[in-house]
Amino acid sequence: MILAPHTVIDDAPEPFVIELSEYSGPLDLLLTLIRDEKVDIYDIPIARIAEQFLLRIRTLGLDQAADYLEMAARLLRIKAQLLLPRSGSDDEWEDPRAELVRRLLEYQQIREIVDHLERLSDDRRRRYARSYLPELPAPPQAPLALSLVELLAAVDRVLRTSVLPDLHDVIPRPLDVDGAMQTVRGVLALRERVPWRDVIPSDPERWQILSVLLALLEMARRGELSLEQLAPFSNVWISRESAGQAA
Amino acid sequence: MNPLAKLLEAALFASARPIPIGELVDLDPDSSPAAVRAALDEIRETYDVQGHGVELVELGDGWQILTRSEYAEVIERAQLAVRPHRLSGAALETLAIIAYRQPIGRAEIEGIRGVNVGSILKSLHERGLIEVVARSEGLGRPLLYGTTSLFLEHFALRHLEELPRADELAIALKTEPHPVA
Repeated sequence: MILAPHTVIDDAPEPFVIELSEYSGPLDLLLTLIRDEKVDIYDIPIARIAEQFLLRIRTLGLDQAADYLEMAARLLRIKAQLLLPRSGSDDEWEDPRAELVRRLLEYQQIREIVDHLERLSDDRRRRYARSYLPELPAPPQAPLALSLVELLAAVDRVLRTSVLPDLHDVIPRPLDVDGAMQTVRGVLALRERVPWRDVIPSDPERWQILSVLLALLEMARRGELSLEQLAPFSNVWISRESAGQAA
Repeated sequence: MNPLAKLLEAALFASARPIPIGELVDLDPDSSPAAVRAALDEIRETYDVQGHGVELVELGDGWQILTRSEYAEVIERAQLAVRPHRLSGAALETLAIIAYRQPIGRAEIEGIRGVNVGSILKSLHERGLIEVVARSEGLGRPLLYGTTSLFLEHFALRHLEELPRADELAIALKTEPHPVA
């Protein structure tokens, strides 16, 4: 199981979650009663308030909610304590309502802060920050309504507007490197050093020149001859290499 | 407006979140925090004095351009933007307690509110309004919660000290002084 990051929060079992629009808890209900009954928070008539509290949670159907039941029980206990005869002197006697009053005051303070936060939040919610617009979804594909005739007509239109491509026939013309090498060898057998023009046939075709060039390079690589050019674009001289010939 | 103010205005306009002062200073290597603050003041004054439809606001830990509140209805009616939901009373109560008493554990919050707050803490945490700031040294080492900078943004606060001090509230607690977070 993959744990989401928020699982760090205490995961105690939730007893019974109720969304109450009217009261946010038993203290809220109690404060409302005190306000409605116009009683002094420091001198709460517990019997009356406890009765009202029980009545209210019964009519609201809250008498199943633990938080409210606990408060109801607390009120009844305070009521009972107040009925008991006081033992000891007045100085030692502690009002059983004191703790409840302290909690109510504390809670009322929170309510005051809530009112303040609510004002701030309402004010902030009326002011918009710049936000990124969500990306628009792609429009749905329209269904294709097209007859065969229309399709063929469209193909025809496209074909007519397109320009015919320039086509070239490429004819392979094999070079005759071996033939050229024999010619060069023949010439070199007679002369030790010749300009390269002398090994090219008169009125040559392009492939014949290329054949000679490749033959010369190949023979130079094998060491049968050496090539030299004294200056750029000047004549190329071919010299016989006797050593290479021997090898 | 001076060139730095224009640069900051452009950056603030483009951003979907408040930009902290430090990031604004980084935008121009020749600027300084003081120069940026002066430029921000200039932008804010320009918007206010010339009567622009937007205002420059400092909130959370940064600065942001917001539309003025008088245009909220028009913007919403035209569905140009959606107003965020209000937090429930229960959520606000829980937030208020955490804001004033942080770091605070779940049991203490429940003691003040008188109800179970487990699911509310979870949803506030998911919305990024609160975070776990520590673990108590007490029994069971419960998690302690505090508010986030998103909390400040949500209420357009610069810092927690902008909330009313506990002793300024009409009902002052006589039993124990409440420390302001």
